[in-house]
Amino acid sequence: MAETMVPAGAPHGAAHGPTPDGGTRRDFLVLTTGAFAAVGVGAVVWPFISSMNPARDVLALASTEVDLTPIAVGQAVTVVWRGKPVFVRHRTAEEIQVARATPLSELKDPQPDQARVQKDQWLVVLGVCTHLGCVPLGQKPTDAKGNYNGWFCPCHGSHYDTSGRIRQGPAPLNLAVPAYSFMSDTQIRIG
Amino acid sequence: MRDLKRGFRNLVGAMALGAAALGMATPAQAAGEAIAIPNANFSFAGFFGTYDRGSAQRGLQVYKEVCSACHAMHLLSYRNLLEIGLSEDQVRALAASFTVTDGPNDLGEMFERPARLSDRFRRPFPNELAARAANNGAYPVDLSVITKARADGANYVRALLTGYVEPPEGFVVAEGMNYNAYFPGHQIAMPAVLNPDQVEYADGTAATVDQMARDVATFLAWAAEPEAEQRKAMGVRIILFLIVLGGLTYAVKRKIWADVAH
Amino acid sequence: MAIGLHDSSIKNPVIRWVDQRLPVFTMMQKEYGTFPTPRNFNYFWNFGALAMVTLMIMIATGIFLAMNYTPHTTYAFDSVERIMRDVNYGWLIRYVHMNGASMFFIVVYIHIWRGLYYGSYKAPRELLWILGVVIFLLMMATAFMGYVLPWGQMSFWGATVITNLFSAFPIVGEHIVTWLWGGFSVDNPTLNRFFSLHYLLPFVIAGVVFLHVAALHITGSNNPLGIDPKGPQDTLPFHPYYTAKDSVGLIVYFIVFASLVFFAPNYLGHPDNYIPANPLVTPAHIVPEWYFLPFYAILRAVPDKLGGVLLMFGSIAVLFILPWLDTSPVRSMRFRPIAKWTLFLWLIAFFVLMWAGGKPAEEPYVTISRIATAYYFAYFLVILPLLGRLERPLSLPESIALPVLRGGGPMPAGAVAKPMEKA
Repeated sequence: MAETMVPAGAPHGAAHGPTPDGGTRRDFLVLTTGAFAAVGVGAVVWPFISSMNPARDVLALASTEVDLTPIAVGQAVTVVWRGKPVFVRHRTAEEIQVARATPLSELKDPQPDQARVQKDQWLVVLGVCTHLGCVPLGQKPTDAKGNYNGWFCPCHGSHYDTSGRIRQGPAPLNLAVPAYSFMSDTQIRIG
Repeated sequence: MRDLKRGFRNLVGAMALGAAALGMATPAQAAGEAIAIPNANFSFAGFFGTYDRGSAQRGLQVYKEVCSACHAMHLLSYRNLLEIGLSEDQVRALAASFTVTDGPNDLGEMFERPARLSDRFRRPFPNELAARAANNGAYPVDLSVITKARADGANYVRALLTGYVEPPEGFVVAEGMNYNAYFPGHQIAMPAVLNPDQVEYADGTAATVDQMARDVATFLAWAAEPEAEQRKAMGVRIILFLIVLGGLTYAVKRKIWADVAH
Repeated sequence: MAIGLHDSSIKNPVIRWVDQRLPVFTMMQKEYGTFPTPRNFNYFWNFGALAMVTLMIMIATGIFLAMNYTPHTTYAFDSVERIMRDVNYGWLIRYVHMNGASMFFIVVYIHIWRGLYYGSYKAPRELLWILGVVIFLLMMATAFMGYVLPWGQMSFWGATVITNLFSAFPIVGEHIVTWLWGGFSVDNPTLNRFFSLHYLLPFVIAGVVFLHVAALHITGSNNPLGIDPKGPQDTLPFHPYYTAKDSVGLIVYFIVFASLVFFAPNYLGHPDNYIPANPLVTPAHIVPEWYFLPFYAILRAVPDKLGGVLLMFGSIAVLFILPWLDTSPVRSMRFRPIAKWTLFLWLIAFFVLMWAGGKPAEEPYVTISRIATAYYFAYFLVILPLLGRLERPLSLPESIALPVLRGGGPMPAGAVAKPMEKA
């Protein structure tokens, strides 16, 4: 036990430098232990990061159900989905016809109306202008609907048509269509 | 080495003494008149225990058909029921059988609609005063965390529900109260609500009072600690990891200290 | 070396560039690398590092809890349960924080015991000790206010009882209590300020911990023999010797901690705190958290309101003057055959108080508390001052290295109770 009699105290050979047999073995041991500890620290960090992601009650509200029965033809409602407005518009036959008749070449973000709806009369779009995130006007009968009878964004003057497509102004893209599905003829679930 | 061992022995001794003092102090906190609560040997007791899904589902049925007339569980949402093994369609149907108030709508009015997955459990009374008014002044407590809010919670709930017996001779039960062997003070405002075959279990389990009490206690234990299964499983993995890491660390320490006389 | 730059010995050019301008790396190397540390530490010397790690765990988990907690009487209870149910890993973070408080006190109590047994409070470490007592007081304040935040029955009534302690002071008492509450009872303003202070105080603790460590690195560590290192043969560099040894203790500590968090998270808590606070109904049997029980017992041991409060505060205050109460020049109790047993008796009195504090305030617990309280104070105020003069200590070893290098043989003669040269 005491035969080595190293001058204890200073950072002597016991701590560093390879000894004839022990050197590599210790290095391996230290490396393994260090790797284990690093894995442990990594595993500890994850719950903290994860806790800042949306909680389960927030995710549960990530889908919104809308009853379509009270929306008369030509009317629109705004529902809240994930804290953002969603426009649900019961389009008239004329509005559908205008949207379908528009040639793709006139569009800034070419997309046929058929690709933007699941049932012709129901248009469901995210009510967030694709320019800088304002909510366009056009939901209420008294609102300005813009030059294309759809929506008009008052922030920077973007005009959307009856399919929610960008027709004029600085916005680069059509109003986004959220994922939704018809649960019945009169009910949709967004999200 | 001698000093080291001695120090370590002192340390272990001191910690054992402290643990003993703590151990004595803790049950004392629940003092008062001590009533022994029988152990129901629930599936979820112990280090590796998990909730019996069948029992929890039957317990939900008991809660829904019996308890929920008076007791709220306002911390739970219908979506939580997916965790006890019900399918989404079942939970959706169950939620839709309740009506909740939502709103205000475009006219500024509140309206009624069927509940959805994201809704909280419907409360039987709008507030505590209404609950008291309807229950002779007694407040039916919220059951969301009841098994955490009582010492030995799940066993206590089961014991309480099966504890309605004849009072001992000479025991005077006050007007409007009921005798219960396990309730502190033995006088409880809640009457015996479980009777044999009170509910009809879909899985054919005989609905004895004890069975219903066990089932609803299981359901409430899950409701209070829905994280328990994940917690225990994670605990086992973490402690195993720490034991390995501890062994490695000790080996490193031995190596480093090998050349030092101590 | 350019003028004005620190003379760094670091090789890596980037680190060296920083170190020349801000020598934190040199400092770390000096204070935690080569720092000469007595070679004969036992595992009791782990607990300072363990306390430091626990403080960091508490601050980290606390910050993430605060992201989801709502300090309002209407929402506080539900927001804590939402953390438990809906926030990702929220239950884990909360249970670590909740049990972390208990672990912190366990660690600090052992750390204090280490100081008492090995005389770490004696010259030249008086200020180091006093800073430690300040940390302990801050911890108690922080833990108390943290316990109020979930707004359960014990939160509410604990806050009511403890803040009412201040009403014991004549004339100003009622005003102080009203001021503490920000109203006429414990209510929303109280909860809000407790949350604010509970968030603030841990950082104050961290500051005092820094001073505590700074003071430690001036005097150097005490050791189980209580004698000063006489030269390099008596010390080892902190790294890798004590970093390795602290790591072993840390992992063992984590295993205990994890067992509590994952398998008995509510064992040290009280079921009543899962009942939302009700200002109209006091629980039948209210008790503070276990770590306050000894002081709670001292409070209740005195039949007079003001007397009880003063004695309770006095039980901590006496620690501040302990370095001057203990008149013996010998630090380690190993060499104090009588004082050692009076200290063990003090430890038993402490645990008796802890046990009695959890019992109802009735006989025989009150009498038992009184006896234990009397001994608690007698140890500091009577026994230690007298024993320093009356007791004949065992002979001290010549140096730390000698007895160990001789294989733990008999102590060299001639070192009869020589007062320590620095003392």
